[in-house]
Order: sequence, then C-alpha cells, then structure tokens
Amino acid sequence: MDWVAFWLSVKLGIFTVLLLLPLAMFTARWLSTAQFPGKSLLEASLAVPLVLPPTVVGYYLLVGLSNDSFIGRWLVDLTGHGVVFHFSGLLIASMIVNIPFAVQPMQRAFEAIPQEIRDAAACCGMSRWRQLLTVEIPLAWPGMLTALVLTFAHTLGEFGVVLMVGGNLPGETRTIAISIYDRVQAFDLEAAGQMSLILLIFSVVVLAIANSLSRRLLKPGMRKAGRSHV
Amino acid sequence: MSSRNLDLAVQVRQKAPFALDAELKCRAGELTALVGPSGSGKSTLLRMIAGLVRVQQGHIRSGDLLWADGQRHVTAQQRRVGYVPQHYGLFPHMHALGNVETALHHLPASERSRIAHEWLERVHLGGLAKRRPAELSGGQQQRVALARALAASPRVLLLDEPFSAVDAATREKLYTEIVELRSELAMPVVLVTHDLQEALMLADRITLQSQGRTLQSGEPKQVMAHPVSEDAAMLLGLRNIFESVVVEQDGANAITALDLTGHRIEIPRQPHLRQGERVSWVIADAGIRFRAISRKEIAPQKNRLPVTVVKMLTLGDQVRLFLQLADTGAIFRIDVTARLAEELALATGIRTEVVLRAEDIHVFEQQMTEKPG
Repeated sequence: MDWVAFWLSVKLGIFTVLLLLPLAMFTARWLSTAQFPGKSLLEASLAVPLVLPPTVVGYYLLVGLSNDSFIGRWLVDLTGHGVVFHFSGLLIASMIVNIPFAVQPMQRAFEAIPQEIRDAAACCGMSRWRQLLTVEIPLAWPGMLTALVLTFAHTLGEFGVVLMVGGNLPGETRTIAISIYDRVQAFDLEAAGQMSLILLIFSVVVLAIANSLSRRLLKPGMRKAGRSHV
Repeated sequence: MSSRNLDLAVQVRQKAPFALDAELKCRAGELTALVGPSGSGKSTLLRMIAGLVRVQQGHIRSGDLLWADGQRHVTAQQRRVGYVPQHYGLFPHMHALGNVETALHHLPASERSRIAHEWLERVHLGGLAKRRPAELSGGQQQRVALARALAASPRVLLLDEPFSAVDAATREKLYTEIVELRSELAMPVVLVTHDLQEALMLADRITLQSQGRTLQSGEPKQVMAHPVSEDAAMLLGLRNIFESVVVEQDGANAITALDLTGHRIEIPRQPHLRQGERVSWVIADAGIRFRAISRKEIAPQKNRLPVTVVKMLTLGDQVRLFLQLADTGAIFRIDVTARLAEELALATGIRTEVVLRAEDIHVFEQQMTEKPG
C-alpha cells in the first residue's frame, strides 16, 4: 500500500477544493443571473473538461505550462521552479480539469433561488455582500456541498491529466491513481488491489457523508430554493 | 415624521429595452391600484418604482427625492421601499421573526428583535414568530411579507398581486386587514392587480394599464362612469360599446341625438360633438332597463328600443341575456338575476323593449381613428 501516494492525492484534493471553490462560487453566482452576448460560449468553454479526453487536456496543459511557454516562464519567475512535473503543476491542472464539477452544481443552485427572493432582499436594504452571505449562500449551500464533493472525489480519481502534467515522481506527483497503474504495470496486483479497495471505500464514505449532510441541510421549507444535492 | 412629503409621482416613456408609456400618482396615505391584464407592464412598473429595474426615459419621484430619470438611478437598497412580491419572496431558511428582522439590519440586535416582534403582533402573527415560511399558510406568509415590508417605515409600500396566491376565504380576510392597516399608514401604497373588483374595493385611485400604456387614472367611481376610450371600457368589463353618428345638436332642449342603426338615442347635450361625427359610446349594465320595469317610473321615457332575446345563459343565480336590437346586428349583453328573468318571463326568441337611461350613456373622449371593416 503506497500511503505516500494516498496522502498526496488527499492533499491535492484539499488544495484544489480550497483554491477552486471560492473562485467557482463567484463565477457561478455571476453566471446564474448575468445576461451577455457570448454567455453560451463561455459556459461551453468551462464545461469542456467534461467531454474532452483527459489526455488531450493534459497535453495542452503540458505544452501551455512547460518552461518554454509564456505562462511557464512567468511561473518559473514567480515560483523559482518549473511547474510541470511538480506538485504546483499538478494543482493547476487539477483546478482546471475540475472547473465544471465546481461551477455547474453551484450555478444550478444559485439559479434555483427565485428572483423574488433577491428582489425582497434588495428592498430590505441589504448590500450585495450581505445578500450573498445571509440569503444566497445559505440557500445555495447544498449545491456548494455537491461541488465540493464532486471536485474532491474527482481529484482523487484523476489519472490522465495528472500523468501527462505531473508524470510519476514518488512523493511529488505520484497520486494514488497513478500508483495503482504503476503497481499493475509491475504485476504487483495485490498492492494495486489494496489501494483500489481503499480508494473505493474512501469514495463511498465521502459520498455517503455528503449525501446525509445535504439531506439534513434541506430541511422543510428550504427545498424549493435549493434543490441540488449529491 | 408625519409631515414628510412622501407623494409618489411616476412618469415613464421609453421604447427600449421594452416599450412602456406609463404615468402614476399616489399621495401619501392613499392607495392607488394599478389594474391591467397580464403582460400590461404593471409589475415592471412596480419593479421600476422599487428600483429593481432601471428607467431609461422618464422619472420617478418620492416627495422631494428624485429616485430615477434617464441618468440617475437610486438603488433599491437606498430607496427604502416596502415591497411584497406576488409569491411574497420570504427567505425560506429564516423563521418569520428573522424575515422581518432583515429589514431592520441597520439597527442594534435588541431593537431589531423588539420592532420585528411588534410588527408580527400587528399582523396577528405574534405566536408564530419562530415558524419558517413553509410551516405557515399562504395568508400567514403574506402577513409576514407585509410586516417585513412595513417594518423599516418605508417611503412607499408596493404590493404585487398580493391576493392572487391565497384562497377566496383568506382573501376576504386579508382585504379587511389591508383596509384596517392602511388607515394607519402614512406612506403611499401602490397595489398591482388584474382584478378590477379588488381595485374598486380597496383603492382611492385606479390607474388602468394595457399593453405597456396607461389608459386612464382617477377615482374608481369617476373612471367607471367615464372611461376615456374603448380599451379602458373593455378593461373595466363594460361590454355594451356601440358606434353611432351624431344626428342632432338640440341646444334648446339640451339634447344630443345619436343614430344607432336607425334608432334614435338621446343623451344630455355634448357640445363638443359635431353633427355627422362618428362616435363610440358605452352604457353600463345598470343603465339598460326593461320597459316592463321602467314603466312604473314617473320620468318620461325616451331611448325605448325594441329587442329580441337571442340567447340566455344561466350563471349561478344570474342570467346573461343577449338582446338583439330590432332590424340590426347590435347586441346588448346584460346580466340580470334569475328571479327577474322569471318575473319578466324572458325566454329565447321573445320580443320585448328596453330603455337606455340617457345619463348612463357615456361618449368616449378618445375616439378610435379608423376601424377595420
């Protein structure tokens, strides 16, 4: 059992959630009410990782973030090291791949809040921030929980993009999904089986907790405004 | 505080992003009903007053404050309006007290709670402060929304179809409560409704709105008796609208005579009409009397018209009669009680006479230009 890989995956999941979710929340809130030309195109661009093969996404990220690229050079200047084949590169890749899993459930949840509730909040004199914190986030909370769980679980299971951008460096970029693949390649099926089982149990437990929390959050009266749950 | 000038004046004339040509006035302490069918722009106008929709051209004033014109837009947060949306817009995750307290967030917590409690008491919900909206009936939810709207002493109270989502019995109760409550309110109240009877019952003034345009404003009785146009008359539920030619202006007898397809109709003199002019006019149901009844009255009878009952529809204890004027296609539609229909032995095919009361005939100020056909 490769615990180093397991904890690296968990760490990647936590960092992805912490960095991506706040950005995704503001994007989702904005998309839920804004009307502008090109909105469909923007929404489609954000959803691309859902349909594109992970290796394709990984390829573009590898090329786009490599030390020869403009962004790659800028990141080298910023961090002092290249981001490909490094944990930071893995994190950037993970955030990009998870955009649809984070944005979409939250956007649906914000969209489900009736306009009348926003109108009433504005007429109560609430500033936009107060409205967001005291009315919209409590109502969109189940959708936010869904986004959190999907992003975290998806990060744990991500393989193609991680392999393309991060390679297979123990303790740095070898996540549990890559470690399982690595063990199978080495005919160490017992270790691969152990890790697969642990990943399976971990995923089921996380989803069960999220579902139960989501149900508890959806007390009577809140169902109408926040239907989305895991 | 009572001397604050809170009169509301609204004038919006814009073509984009949606066409609206509306005017509305409401004095402090008065209730103005904005009446019109769905899609007439009345809810949009209400949202403009609330500051939720921008005014492109026109102005909205609350007392001395300019809330909006083409350039200026005071936000909903800054206007201090009490707004009750059609489905109340209550925050489902907060209990009734929390909902009312949100309107008072600028006050310290203890004061917030005290005032919110007072308002819940005032709308008879003192015992239900800790219930969430889903645990309240439609009428109770509406009262919470009303308490929330009024808690921060708004400069105007806006009610968007507030009675449409409750059952008939609750509605009746809420009417009484609104009437009682509004006698204590110092601000203007604007009520949007598609229900004319509701408007006539509750309002000091009504404004008729159709297809984004204000047709007429005034006191309910005045508007009912003198609709300015055919559109306004139809919106008021008046069905007996006819076209005639002015055939005589008799100054000596103070009479203007109209010709309704060969039948002479005399009305109190209307000096502004020219002989030979085509005019549209309307008569309220109450102005159409059966001669059998009118005979008992002492007044001399004019405007006697021979009619045939061509259709009778029984609607509960009312009978809707379709009376065709002899030798013409003109049809009068009136509702009478089933008892009267029985007394007069009315039946399809029967010929009888009706008398049109001259004082109830109203010639429209705004005549249609050309009518197809």
